[in-house]
Formats: sequence, C-alpha cells, structure tokens
Amino acid sequence: MASALINVPPRAKRGEIIEIKTLISHVMETGFRHTQLGAVIPRNIIRRFVCTYNGTEVFRADLYPAISANPFIVFSTVATESGTLSFQWTGDNGFAVTESAKITVE
Amino acid sequence: MRRLCAVLGLLAVAASAVAAEIAPSERRSGYELMGRELRAMQDDDAANPAMLWVLEGATLWKRATGAAGRACADCHGEATASMKGVAAHYPAFDAATKRPVSLEQRINICRVDRQEAPALAYDSRELLALGAYVARQSRGLPIAVTIDDRMQPFLEAGRAIYERRQGQLNLACSQCHDANWGRQLAGNVIPQAHPTGYPLYRLEWQSLGSLQRRLRGCLVGIRAEPYDYGAPELVDLELYLMWRARGMTMDAPAVRP
Amino acid sequence: MERAASRREFLKIASGVAAGLGLGAVVTVKPASATPAEMQEAIRSVVGSARITPGKVTIELPPLIENGNAVPLTISVDSSMTEAEHVRAVHVFTEKNPQPYVVSFHLGPRAGRARVSTRMRLADSQNVVAICELSDGSLWSDSAAVVVTLAACLEDGI
Repeated sequence: MASALINVPPRAKRGEIIEIKTLISHVMETGFRHTQLGAVIPRNIIRRFVCTYNGTEVFRADLYPAISANPFIVFSTVATESGTLSFQWTGDNGFAVTESAKITVE
Repeated sequence: MRRLCAVLGLLAVAASAVAAEIAPSERRSGYELMGRELRAMQDDDAANPAMLWVLEGATLWKRATGAAGRACADCHGEATASMKGVAAHYPAFDAATKRPVSLEQRINICRVDRQEAPALAYDSRELLALGAYVARQSRGLPIAVTIDDRMQPFLEAGRAIYERRQGQLNLACSQCHDANWGRQLAGNVIPQAHPTGYPLYRLEWQSLGSLQRRLRGCLVGIRAEPYDYGAPELVDLELYLMWRARGMTMDAPAVRP
Repeated sequence: MERAASRREFLKIASGVAAGLGLGAVVTVKPASATPAEMQEAIRSVVGSARITPGKVTIELPPLIENGNAVPLTISVDSSMTEAEHVRAVHVFTEKNPQPYVVSFHLGPRAGRARVSTRMRLADSQNVVAICELSDGSLWSDSAAVVVTLAACLEDGI
C-alpha cells in the first residue's frame, strides 16, 4: 500500500509559515470491535507521529484509537533553512514508516 | 424506530414498485448531500483518503507482473492519456464473453490474458488501487456508457433488478432511490444512488470500496441474499445505474459517509 | 437519540442476516463508553491539578456529521508562537467514546502558527474538550458539542 501522502511546498521564503498535510494508510483498529463470535479484534494503531526539520523535532502528535483510520494530520512550521523535512510514524506491532521531503528556502 | 417502521410500512404497502424515473435536470450526485466538511475532504487531493489507493495504483500500473512480465504501462503507456474517459464508459461490452463487463472485470481480463497473471480478488487492495487510478482519469468527465443492440438486453435486465421488490423487507431500489430520494431514513438522507464517484472512500467502511461492495451492502440492508462479487446481475445493475446517471459528471474517487 | 438507536437496530438486524449468510461480519457488541467523570480524570492525569481557564484555544468541529468514523477536527490557539510566548501542547478528549483520549499535539515556537487539523472518531453525539498548555505553564480550554447521525464503531460485514 502506498504508505503515505505528504504535501509540503517545495520552496518557501525564509521565515514564512508553511502548512504541511500528511496522510498515511493505517487501519487504526481501536481494540473495541468484536468479531461475530465475540472475540475482540486487538488494538492496532499508530501511536506517534514526529516531524523533524534538518534533524530537529518541530512537531509531534501522540495518537489514540479515537483518531480515524488512515490518519490525516495538518500542521505548520516556519521555513527556517533549506534542507529535509522528515516524517516518522510509529505504532503497535512494530509499525514504523519514515518519509521525507526536501524544501528550498530562499 | 417508530419513524423507520412508518417509512418502511408506507413503502411496503405502496401499490407499485415502479416509480417514475428522476427527470434528467433533477438528478443530483451524493456529493451535493454531504456537508461542507466532507465535500472539502473529497475536493482536496492531499486530504482525500482515496488518493492513497490512487497513488498505489500509479505504482502498480508501471510494475511488470505475471508470466508475460508485462506492466499495464507497456501496452497502455501513460494512464493520464490512455485511460482518460475510460471509467466513464464502463460497464462496456466484452466481445469474448458477449456481455458487458465492469471496469474491475476488464482489469482482470487484461491481467489473465495479457499479463498471464492470476486475477485479483474483488475489493482486494491491488484491484481497488488499479480501479481507483483508472477511475481518477475520468474525473470531471460525463458518464457515457454505450448502449447498442448488443447491450440493450443487459440494460433491461439491470433495470428489472432495480425495479423488482427483493428481500425480507420486500423493497425495490426504485422505491427508495427514485420515489423517496431526499427524504430521511433513520437519520440519513436517501441519495438518488448515482455511481458518479466509484470506487470511493466510504466513511462507514473506513476504506475504499467498489460499487459492487456498495450494492451488496444495500441488498443485505433490505435483507436479501446479495449476489456474489462479479455476478452478471451485479454487472447488469451497474450498467443500468451508469446509464441512469448518463451525462452526470464523474467525481471518482469520491468520499461518502 | 431515537434516530441513533433505530439505526443501530437496523444494522444489528442486517449484520445478523450477514452472519446467517456465513459472511464474516464485524460488529461491536455494546461498546463500553467513558463518562464525563472519566474524561475529567483523564484530563487531570495529563495536565496535572493546576487551574484550567476557558479561552484562548478553539475547537472547530462540524456541528452535525453524517458518519462518526471520520470527523474533521481543527484546533487553533490564539498565540504569537514566539520563543517567549507559545503553545507547548494541546490535548483533546471526549466524553462518551470508549476511552477519553483523542490526541496530544506538541508544538513550540517553530510551529509559527498554533493550528492543527486531523480527523477523529465519535461514538455518539457528545462534547469534545481541548486543553492547551502555554509556555508559561497556564492551562486553557474549549469545549464543543457534536451531533453524530451515524455512530462510529458499527459496520455491516459484507
């Protein structure tokens, strides 16, 4: 499954506030659903999302089962310098996805 | 509960299951029934969950597969050009089986015949991804299934299914979607049931799904035995629904509650 | 309330049919739900016992949502987001979901703007509460009510 869709402006002016949209495929199984036979479907969610900008954390989200399937997170950060924005999702059952995007800051 | 029973009771005793077709100018896509926030979710490719499948489809399009070692792209080139308008014309007549096939079936025919790969299961991740990617290329275009002498009998078969009372609730599709669209059924507005956005991300499923999945869900809802995926009845019904929605704009892959 | 109950009934019947047809169905057998008291406990366990003042943070939620599985949520805080004065974190809670936590966003001066969006699940019409922690340690809150016509956690198995 195409893991993640990231939307980052490829270039920005220094000091500009840029909006970043992220979408990742994940079932976000709550742990509250049951099969027809009454067995609990175990929880399986993304627990943490971190964005780093040239290695420095600029945004973090702790997710719980109340976050919808295929988590969508929009946040902003200040375009300070050119470089790499790195996005990491981690969660239950060893789930770990990392994506990155380059940004040119004038 | 009382309100639901009242509505269903009314429908059950209605003399005829055949309701008048919706006038072309009065046809409305389910998109227009959604609130502002859900419409925004659909309109923004960065927010629309269906785009995760479209992206996957774009990758699969270029991947060589099967004993023939061919990718879709090897025959069809860039999908943005070659698949433009294709989904808007499906179901389409298949010369080999001498009957209409759905887009998913056409993808599988190509896989088996040209790529020499096994057919993909219905509503499997890959089949949905390819279907979403192809359907995306018809976004903004009018639905235009071709009905000629060969297709006519299948269109009539689809219409018969649509108008026939079925299931323990003894309801015909037309009773809700032609005669009572716009009215409330248990807290939700009844849509006209035009398949302009398939395959679509349904919040209820928390996943992308095909038109056949939705049709089977409706059949279970009226407590009828649902046809199997790929059954000719479902394809005939798809054909009728697409014909009924002719001229309406495709908005695939859509978002619906 | 009557509408939500009748929809649940309808779907329980439908999924019963699905079971009879041998289709693998997923149903939620009466999910436990949190209470407003549990939500308060959860809030306290996250932000401690300091005073929480209504204000500064705003929850944007559609007043009526067709399906509780994906409700668009936006949190914004009235803050200049400078090194001296900024939002450290925003925590979101619900009253009637099976458990009260929704999400915690950790910001900081590099955010530029205190505005975050996501999509959440709502198991019932209820209140959603956001608690914001500023850099000076003060706590601010907002609460929003949402009507859900089709609850999350229900699915017919097809």
